[in-house]
Amino acid sequence: MTDDTRSDISLRVNDATYQLAVDNRRTLLDALRDDLSLTGTKKGCDHGQCGACTVLLDGDRVVSCLTLAVVADGADVTTIEGLAGGGELRPIQEAFIRLDGFQCGFCTPGQICSAVGMLAEHAAGWPSAVTRDDSPERTPELSEEEVRERMSGNLCRCGAYPSIVRAILETSVREAVSK
Amino acid sequence: MNANGITAAVGEPRPRVEGRLKVTGSAAYVADVPMPDLAHGWMVTATVSRGRIRDIDATDALAMPGVLGVLDHRNARRLNPDAAHHFGPDRGLPMLQDDAVPYAGRPIALVVARTPEQARAAASALRVTYDAEPHDTEFSMNHPAARPASTLFGPEADTGDLEAELAVSTVVVDEVYRTPEENHSAMEPHVATAWWEDGHLYALDSNQGPFSISQVMAMLFFIDRDRVHIRAEHVGGGFGAKTICGAQIILAAMAAEHFRRPVRVALTRRQVFLAIGSRPPTEQRVRIGAGADGRLRAVHHHAAFALSPLAEYIEWCTEQARTLYAAPAIRTELSAVPLDRLPPCTMRGPGATPGSFAFESAVDEVAERLRIDPLRLRLLNQPAASPVSGRPWSTRRLITCLEEGARRFGWAQRDPRPRLRREGNLLVGTGVAAAAFVAGVFPASATIAAETDGTFSVRVGASDIGTGARTALIAVAADALGVSTERIRLHIGDSDLGPNPGAGGSRGTTSCAFAVTEAAKALREKLDDPARPVTVTVDTTPLINWRPAEERNTYSAVFAEVTVDPATGEVRVRRLLGMFAVGRVINPLLARSQLIGGMIGGLSMALHEESVRDPITGRLVTADFAGYHISAHADVPNVEADFVADYEPQDPSGFNGLGEIGNAGVAAAIANAVWHATGTRHRTLPISLGRVVETAAPRDRQEAISAV
Ligand code: FES
Ligand code: FES
Repeated sequence: MTDDTRSDISLRVNDATYQLAVDNRRTLLDALRDDLSLTGTKKGCDHGQCGACTVLLDGDRVVSCLTLAVVADGADVTTIEGLAGGGELRPIQEAFIRLDGFQCGFCTPGQICSAVGMLAEHAAGWPSAVTRDDSPERTPELSEEEVRERMSGNLCRCGAYPSIVRAILETSVREAVSK
Repeated sequence: MNANGITAAVGEPRPRVEGRLKVTGSAAYVADVPMPDLAHGWMVTATVSRGRIRDIDATDALAMPGVLGVLDHRNARRLNPDAAHHFGPDRGLPMLQDDAVPYAGRPIALVVARTPEQARAAASALRVTYDAEPHDTEFSMNHPAARPASTLFGPEADTGDLEAELAVSTVVVDEVYRTPEENHSAMEPHVATAWWEDGHLYALDSNQGPFSISQVMAMLFFIDRDRVHIRAEHVGGGFGAKTICGAQIILAAMAAEHFRRPVRVALTRRQVFLAIGSRPPTEQRVRIGAGADGRLRAVHHHAAFALSPLAEYIEWCTEQARTLYAAPAIRTELSAVPLDRLPPCTMRGPGATPGSFAFESAVDEVAERLRIDPLRLRLLNQPAASPVSGRPWSTRRLITCLEEGARRFGWAQRDPRPRLRREGNLLVGTGVAAAAFVAGVFPASATIAAETDGTFSVRVGASDIGTGARTALIAVAADALGVSTERIRLHIGDSDLGPNPGAGGSRGTTSCAFAVTEAAKALREKLDDPARPVTVTVDTTPLINWRPAEERNTYSAVFAEVTVDPATGEVRVRRLLGMFAVGRVINPLLARSQLIGGMIGGLSMALHEESVRDPITGRLVTADFAGYHISAHADVPNVEADFVADYEPQDPSGFNGLGEIGNAGVAAAIANAVWHATGTRHRTLPISLGRVVETAAPRDRQEAISAV
């Protein structure tokens, strides 16, 4: 039912397709949480300032609190619930547990989705503000400094940053080796 | 089990038991739990700092789609005006009771609707008018309203002849230090879902202690505590801000009763800043006199903090002065300044964190003026027993923390003179600070049942707000019962599980571990009887020695290396090392995380955090993460934390809490490093770009600018 206040949209989330009639004001974050009961994605600020709501939209990381659900119509969304396919944890998730990359865990879904998106950006050769040689031919080396810079949109008030960075670097090295 | 009766679980680095839930998004926090027939409440807060509500015109709001109604002081139920918490009666707890506005951000109405969007839209259609009155929100220790603070934590220190010792001192440092209002900013905003059934109140609430919150709610709503059932399985951080009975649960319970259905009140980030207590600003005068030999002769620490006339509160900044160093004369004073501001709330390392910034900066200034190495000065003045009470220490491994930290940090190579090290345009410096935090336990109860299937159900009203309490208590229970951790089924986070202090005061896990250990002991005596299940409950209230012969503290030594860019004023922390003496460590992996997290909180406080109030309106102007900066990934170096071997003799298992000692000491270590880098003392936090540029020596600035 589409009228002045509601729209019919189709969302593909974690490989399942959903038809929804959403309030035009509804954010993607609220649609995931309240309409689809995918509550793994968290609301830390609702203002695009903390990164807790980070999801992958057509493969790119976005803050879902600043994305209206109607804008995501037809898009492919991956949330934290969609990362561990078939119940098997991804290496990044395992590294977070083993290296204790979280305390309260509230920022964690956003950190992990952001890390997955960030590693893909890096693999595609995207430079960051701290990349010194940003010539398009060279993939910048993923140093601690690079990871910190690229992950700075994801706040963690518990202060798990050092082990988050370690978990990401360890995962990226493993992925590089297994390629 | 080894010869000392210690089994393997305690002391082992074990990942969090709920780790899988947290990395897959399946850990259910309060706002994640679905509830049929749920209505949503949107909180409306006052926009004046003092005055009366003239009118709340809800005509338009009530006509909007989905709106169920508006609660305000004209239709809300009466709440107990005498409800109290650990600091005593709190007149801020009864909400929506009258037209008075005691501070900007005070909840004054709740709009309830079927969806959050509808409630929010209707809330913005409310027309609130006020009769504003002149307000007073400007804090200073010399404010005429300043009065002695509550002595609930014990009398302030006054030993020796302070003025006489100052008079014979070779150097006297007499300086004033300031820390701003600071916000906890737990990543999960406060949220509650409440409903009533047969005169019982049920709530899921994001808090740090369901049992104590249930006590306050019972008082507020004039019902027996047994009729209040509060749960908080996973909590997205607290740092003190969730020790209080928050607006979210009070308003949700009122609305659930009024509208006869479950109501959720989820605060926005902005509302958390406006309506949930923060660390109050402090102003602290420290006077220290010392002889040429480096011995301290006189210590005077006078700290003042802001509070609200609504409730008593203590920011106990003077703890370091009475614990860290020996001196023949020690005096501490604490003043409270009631203002028309948001009532404060304990925040990570309450008192000790702002207090140690002032005190350990002043100690560094003594070293500077005596031209003594600041580490040596600290080692030189270590007391054999408490310099104030004369009581011995139960354990005090501070010297080991200082010496071992210095060794790892490479302190011996440091040239003590400031403004000597440069790397390109950057000035480089290092600093040190020590800290202590009072330790102990609060009463708690635990129930353990030996089940028919060979497992043990352990019920304790603990909260795991990210501390690792769940994982730690499973290890404690396993060792106390002499079984493997797989056989422990732990239940926490529920006010029905018995009296519990919650996660606060660095005492949550130690208090619960004490109760679990004692319950296990009692249960083991009954296990010869094969009947199952068999259950015991132990409450530690009668077991706690409130007047121990020895003083009990945790300790830390923090070392920092910073770079300062004199052109931009940017301070960056390059290294941060903390050595900690925190008793026997239950789980080094999680304990280290907690301490590192605390140190990062200290870094954030030193360089970034500042709540700013507009003096004209008294309102907070930094009520989001764009205005209130907390350390992000790029601000944080590879922080190191480690423990020295320690055992707390007052605890049956040797434990001490470590929730707050990580924060204390860090800001001073960083500020001392900034002095070493630049030659300028920063006595006001945060050491932000503007403050550094303003105070940079003209020479630095000239050089820096011409280098660009
Ligand atoms: S909730 Fe979206 S960025 Fe904070
Ligand atoms: S783990 Fe608590 S905010 Fe990051």
